[in-house]
Amino acid sequence: MPALLFFVAFGVIPLIGVFWLSFTTWDGLGEIRMSGFDSWRAVLTDPGLPHALWVTFLVTALSWAVQTPASILLGTFLAGFQRYRAVLSVVYFIPLLLSSAAIAITFKALLDPNFGLGAGLGIPILVQDWLGEPVLAFSVVIFVVSWQFIPFHSLIYQGGVRQIPRSMYEAAELDGAGRVRMFFSITLPQLKYTIITSSTLMVAGSLVFFDLIFVLTAGGPGDTTRVLALDMYKRGYMANLMGPASAIAVILVLVGLALALLLRRIGGRDQTHSQLEGV
Amino acid sequence: MTEILANTSARASAKHAAGPKRVTRRPNWLAGAASWIWLAIVIVPIYWIVITSFKLQSDYYAENPLLPPSAPTLANYQLVIESDFIRYFINSVVVTVGAVAPAVAVSFMAAYAIVRSGRGRFLRYTNSMFLMGLAIPHQATIIPVYLIIIKLGLYDTPMAMILPSIAFAIPLSVLILTNFIRDVPKELFESMRMDGASELGTLWNLALPLTRPAVVTVTIYNALTIWNGFLLPLVLTQSPEQRTLPLALWTFQGEYGINVPAVLASVLLSSLPILILYVVGRRQLLAGLTAGFGK
Repeated sequence: MPALLFFVAFGVIPLIGVFWLSFTTWDGLGEIRMSGFDSWRAVLTDPGLPHALWVTFLVTALSWAVQTPASILLGTFLAGFQRYRAVLSVVYFIPLLLSSAAIAITFKALLDPNFGLGAGLGIPILVQDWLGEPVLAFSVVIFVVSWQFIPFHSLIYQGGVRQIPRSMYEAAELDGAGRVRMFFSITLPQLKYTIITSSTLMVAGSLVFFDLIFVLTAGGPGDTTRVLALDMYKRGYMANLMGPASAIAVILVLVGLALALLLRRIGGRDQTHSQLEGV
Repeated sequence: MTEILANTSARASAKHAAGPKRVTRRPNWLAGAASWIWLAIVIVPIYWIVITSFKLQSDYYAENPLLPPSAPTLANYQLVIESDFIRYFINSVVVTVGAVAPAVAVSFMAAYAIVRSGRGRFLRYTNSMFLMGLAIPHQATIIPVYLIIIKLGLYDTPMAMILPSIAFAIPLSVLILTNFIRDVPKELFESMRMDGASELGTLWNLALPLTRPAVVTVTIYNALTIWNGFLLPLVLTQSPEQRTLPLALWTFQGEYGINVPAVLASVLLSSLPILILYVVGRRQLLAGLTAGFGK
């Protein structure tokens, strides 16, 4: 089982390693010394931690709230079979092909207050210091995240909608149900497991949102968009504090596991099966 | 633009109405409208990247940003290619190919083993460990990975990026492949065995051909993830000679930040291989992902 070997070497051992490192002092180059709970004390008493947790939570919650309804609508629409929808889905998928670095760079240029789209078109309302104002910068992050990932999640929903038996709609139509009614009483309930799957991926993804935010705002302005993953990187590789950075990583792992379990719980017992089959 | 959009959608809905029996013949206005708005949101930035990359820097400041360049130029592309782009490109190819091929191969063998001898306790534990790997954010393990890579003496080499990439790709690949191999009828495996085929022969001659779409999906998906990877090259390399494209983009943006058309040309160039791969394998990728994720 070579797969197991790789996975243990670079997946399981590091996972144990990260716990161990959180009890050490290490600058990334020199010796590693055990230092007990020092790193944990430093991290847990740092006011930056609640802030980073809060920002991570906000990014996760808001991007979920924006992406899910849009992806469900688009997925439902794309599940039709007309030719032009296929053309649409070709274009829809493009954002997912670009690297986060490329996307962040593009939007940075596009939103530039002096030379970006707004200034070039002379539309005053678009001329804002998008990445310099806390609230705006935060909204931009959510928007760009959605721009990148709605295509992927609408694809998941498209698959989900296609699996809903036709006969349910036929029966509903005989009963005289309209489009909206059918959407709410058939499509949405039938998509329950798909919603859980998509949400699990979304939540797990936003927890470790790093590259996009790193390139787009580098956590700023101030610490407005400093999410946990970025916090970990900055402590570890910019401040050379690998111990505290590992403690943050442990927190990330725990939050990730807790959320995954919570979502599975919400999904009910059936979900365990569907989750394993389909994530 | 809006006229064209309106026309297309009118035609489309006419076809919709006339088309073969569908459950609902009326177009889905709400989702339809949303889809057109979303199309605009997706397409405008992409269109802007493309046209701007052909503009002179002076025209970039002077012209309407949404109009095609009045004097199209390849100067930006020339500048980008002269800035070591080829080297970064080769690095990216090496890392991507070097990681995807073994990742798919070992995942396939693992998935095959899990499906074929699914009752064994060892394999069951292995499988659930892979599944747990899905829930755990890989980025959180970056510091120990960094430590291991240093201890192995691989820091700042392509291998530093390849080895962890393989490991990170395994959980999802195994999951998707397991789902597909499970759909192969058991009788086929049994008749192969009756004919005296070895396990490896069965894997190669039966399982692989039958699950080719899944293998293609997993290959493209992993190639996409690794090609676009940012954190591993950022943390595990140091010298400019080892940079892969996403990292090079980032540093390039620092150096040429003021020359937006050149930066956008590099964005476009760096995405080109994946765009081509997507055009070639689109059908299988979409079908595979819809089936793999949508269950």
